[in-house]
Amino acid sequence: MAETMISMHHLAKRFGKQVVLSDINFDVQKGEIVGLMGPSGAGKSTVIKAILGMIAVDRGKATVFDTQMPNRELLARIGYMAQTDALYDTLTARENLVFYGKMKGLDKTVLTHDVEHVAMVVDLLSDLDKRVINFSGGMQRRLSLAIALLGTSDLLILDEPTVGIDPALRQKIWRELHQIRDAGRSILITTHVMDEAELVDQVALLMAGKVMAFNPPEILKAQYQVDSIESVFLKAEGVQL
Amino acid sequence: MKTFAIAKRVLTELSRDKRTLALMFVAPILIILLLSLIFSASSTTNTKMGVVAVPTKLEQRLDDTEHVTVKRYTTESAAKKALKTDRIDAIVQHKDNQYDLTYANVDAAQTTAAKMAFKNALTNQTITGLQQKLAQTTAALAAVTHQQPQKQQSTKQVKIINHYAYGDADTGFFNKILPILIGFFVFFFVFLISGMALLRERTSGTLDRLLATPVKRYEIVFGYMLSYGVLAIIQTLVIVLVTILILGVQVVGNIGSLVLINLLLALVALSFGILLSTFANSEFQMMQFIPIVVIPQVFFTGIIPLDSMANWVQVISYVMPIRYSGAASSAIMLRGTHLSALWPEMIVLLVFLVISTILNITGLKRYRKV
Repeated sequence: MAETMISMHHLAKRFGKQVVLSDINFDVQKGEIVGLMGPSGAGKSTVIKAILGMIAVDRGKATVFDTQMPNRELLARIGYMAQTDALYDTLTARENLVFYGKMKGLDKTVLTHDVEHVAMVVDLLSDLDKRVINFSGGMQRRLSLAIALLGTSDLLILDEPTVGIDPALRQKIWRELHQIRDAGRSILITTHVMDEAELVDQVALLMAGKVMAFNPPEILKAQYQVDSIESVFLKAEGVQL
Repeated sequence: MKTFAIAKRVLTELSRDKRTLALMFVAPILIILLLSLIFSASSTTNTKMGVVAVPTKLEQRLDDTEHVTVKRYTTESAAKKALKTDRIDAIVQHKDNQYDLTYANVDAAQTTAAKMAFKNALTNQTITGLQQKLAQTTAALAAVTHQQPQKQQSTKQVKIINHYAYGDADTGFFNKILPILIGFFVFFFVFLISGMALLRERTSGTLDRLLATPVKRYEIVFGYMLSYGVLAIIQTLVIVLVTILILGVQVVGNIGSLVLINLLLALVALSFGILLSTFANSEFQMMQFIPIVVIPQVFFTGIIPLDSMANWVQVISYVMPIRYSGAASSAIMLRGTHLSALWPEMIVLLVFLVISTILNITGLKRYRKV
């Protein structure tokens, strides 16, 4: 049977009086891409931060590789891409990659090879030695994704990775993500782009702090009797089609 | 190892920010050069005194005093008018066998100078009178006893030779505040720039991103300390070398000790900067800490003599890091004190450093729970 990479049990979190997560339960298996979808403000980023141990949850627990988070050492096995680009503007793309690689604990030989490889995946090879401050928004997003891809992480957690990226390059990135999955690694991804939801193995539909549905896209479509994930989304939100 | 990588990154970022670098190194030098001009040009006060009905001899004596100019007025009202319009600083008036002195008193230094000048002139006058009387008496005595009067050995002026343990006759206020100023610049720039740097890490999301890697919290804080420590060493060296080579200021003690004290201060400044940056949400809010944290320290560094303050005010100075570095730097530069004699100051600075560093490392828990 498949190994469980991430497991969430009854996660609950509130900021002040506002309940952000009320009861989150779902798992991410080894060799699986799980898409975390939901309207803005549904708590997607909060789920991710809880998994990474960046916020303390009020109730429930999140485990990664069967170890309860927060756990500092486990972070070495996770590739994370935040919603904000989080880059050092005055440094070059290569310097950013090398710095974050070192922080992740990658050794020099691996790092030199990986920098070239991830730059190729996000099509930034020719811009590696340019400073980030001169990058367009899309280029910064790609560099941010490249940083997450550094090192052979068992688990990738990507928060809106394809925002502002051109369709052709988006396809290329998805091919890479599928290769990663086929190599037995797992990906948890949040996205707003509905047709991307067709490309994942499991969709976790997050609404009002709860997981409304957790199924492969085809089953989800059948369940809601519609022909696209976008319609599932609208229907779940209660919009009349 | 990660500490080094972080330090390297911080230094690379800074090296690309030419304006900030220029601010750190050129601004202190400019200010010090300017101050040396302001304080060295004239360390004496020139006083203008008006005299009304003062005996000519005394007036002459007063006029002969250095840095005093005398102007004679015929009436008191004319003198008072001159005082009001700031043409003279004091009036000396002789009436009913006593001297009336009126001071403009808009500048305490002028008043003191005028008081001193008059007192000296009067004393000299009296002494000369006595000397003359003595000479007359001696002459009369000689005439009576038919002896040659002894040469005026007793009336001969005694020569005064001045020796200076530090500097020379031109050593003034500037030399006193210089060691303190070096510390102030180090503190000010490291505090501000490191605080801003960490604030930017926080607001741009890089701090969050950094803490999503297995880096330890103390590695981040130590990385910052390492990089800003290097910067503070260079800054201190540049300032000290400029003051020695260009201004010809004498440093009695070891320059290495001076650098070490300022390094300690810089690390305290860094810790304070990082700590306070967590209470600021923007660069502008960071700037608002300057009048609260930086400016008050200037008052307690010894630029204004601490002994002249009320006891309870002096107590405030104990929580000001620059006070300790200022005292230590002054001792090294002016008296050549050895580091081993400065351990109380160094220990206090270390205590500041350790406490704020621990607070910083624990404070990062807000962004990652482990």
